[in-house]
Amino acid sequence: MTEIWQGLVTAVKLIISLDPEVMQIAGRSLAISASSSAIAALLCLPLGAVIHFNRFPGKRTLINITQTLFSLPTVAVGLFVFVIFSSAGPLGGFGILFSPTVMIVGQVVLITPLMLGLIISALSATDKAITDTAVSLGASGFQMSMVTFREARFGVLAGLIMGFGRAISEVGLSLMVGGNIRGFTRTITTAISLETSKGDLELALALGIILIFIALVINIGLNRIQQR
Amino acid sequence: MSMALIETVNITQKYGRQEIIKNINLKVDQGQVLALIGPTGAGKTTLLRLLDLLEAPASGSIFFDGTEVTSGKRLRLQARRRMSFVLQKPVVFNMSVADNIACGLKWRKEKEATVSQRVNSALELVGMTEYSSRNARTLSGGETQLVAIARALAIAPEVLFLDEPTANLDPVSAARIEEVLAHIIGGQKTTVVMATHDMSQGQRLAGRIGVIINGELLQTGSPSDIFSTPRDTRVAELVGVGNILSGVIASRDNELVGIDVGGGLIQAISEHGIGAEVHALIRPEDVTLALHKDTSSARNTFEGIITRISPVGALVRVELDCGFPLLTVVTRQSARDLNLEADNRVYATFKATAVHVIKRWN
Repeated sequence: MTEIWQGLVTAVKLIISLDPEVMQIAGRSLAISASSSAIAALLCLPLGAVIHFNRFPGKRTLINITQTLFSLPTVAVGLFVFVIFSSAGPLGGFGILFSPTVMIVGQVVLITPLMLGLIISALSATDKAITDTAVSLGASGFQMSMVTFREARFGVLAGLIMGFGRAISEVGLSLMVGGNIRGFTRTITTAISLETSKGDLELALALGIILIFIALVINIGLNRIQQR
Repeated sequence: MSMALIETVNITQKYGRQEIIKNINLKVDQGQVLALIGPTGAGKTTLLRLLDLLEAPASGSIFFDGTEVTSGKRLRLQARRRMSFVLQKPVVFNMSVADNIACGLKWRKEKEATVSQRVNSALELVGMTEYSSRNARTLSGGETQLVAIARALAIAPEVLFLDEPTANLDPVSAARIEEVLAHIIGGQKTTVVMATHDMSQGQRLAGRIGVIINGELLQTGSPSDIFSTPRDTRVAELVGVGNILSGVIASRDNELVGIDVGGGLIQAISEHGIGAEVHALIRPEDVTLALHKDTSSARNTFEGIITRISPVGALVRVELDCGFPLLTVVTRQSARDLNLEADNRVYATFKATAVHVIKRWN
């Protein structure tokens, strides 16, 4: 018990003293997940609008599949991305396996269904009368989707934040395709997993506290948004 | 042939297998105020949505200002930008009242100065100037309706569609909305097509009435045409003709016919021949009651027994048995003066010209 207590105290010291290694790992985690969330958002916002505002055969099935992929296992995505970007794989020529770039690619694949699904549900939750009103007031298709996004903004933003939350907290994918290389692809989650297995609890606890803190900030943000 | 501003040719609309609109041919001229009346679920809203180009018909064609706009995205958007529509349950965007009203203008890429000037005059028109910067979602039902009307008018539409503009409002708000609408209709050259189930509202606001029942446009005409000479019993029932009596023409003397309604012979004006099966339509308010036999020029006087009395607002509804059932309404004052009570004996009188005779089809 004292060992854990000692570890906690050291962990807090590491955070307060802005220990370079802790800060570097946390910063890299945030950078990678923020990039993947931004890319996924750029894909999902227009795609969600196209799917929501158009009628086409198989729309319901597409949305069902998207929702099924909300809980896509991170290791499955890891395996898939690994195979594709490994030297023998179809995109092996890029030589980006075990780099932050491929981790971003993997996270985009991982969180796109979640973001897309939540954006579509947020758009669907807006009153049909809103789009009718916009169209009747002379909005073009694009102007109508913009005003619908505006009405659904809190739901859409919640979807984006949920995507970021899933990206920053996953470990399987980052470990498999990033390789947990110190100073290069080591993120909060991969470092915790490694340090814990090594028995080096101080660093693991410090990073754990930071991760929980990030999760807390995300949740407070989400709550604020949903209470509007 | 002069082209109407809006014209539909045989339009139908189906939701799934259900036919909501059946072969409607309608012409609306520039500057006309048309009220579509009909019971709830008759297809009034769907017809408005088709005319406003919010949805496309299953078959048939729609023309706007001489151009066919049945399909074609760009064409329909261009035409739609010359109209506006106030939905039955209006919604406002989650932004200020002024921003709501500005939407249509911004989407038309109007200059900023034009936008603010038009927004201000629209706000003034509906008397909501001091609400300009309020979030529109915080308004009451009546205020929301006023903002929706201002928003629709700000773009200076050539055609304004109104769907049950006062249906969901309390009487005070409804009266205010109607006042605003009467002002708009009186002051502008806007063509207006409104749906209402309130006959009297249609009569007050519109110069022309179209009756829709069960997806069919049964009759169009001036309010007095529709109210005094309904084309068939469905229209008659809708416009409040309380007495629809089936009978056979039994006698004729020039224009004057005697209709045997089984229990009485009603004198009326009709061109149908002896033996024709007809309906005699009599508005309750055209029937007067007296305690003694009337010696006036009115052709029809029947002795009857009161079967039921019920108050309707400021009036009293009196049901009689004259050998045939007859419904009439009198003021509360006359009900008291005549000491009207169930089982009392009274004389009911109406003119031969108050009877509208239509041919029976089954």
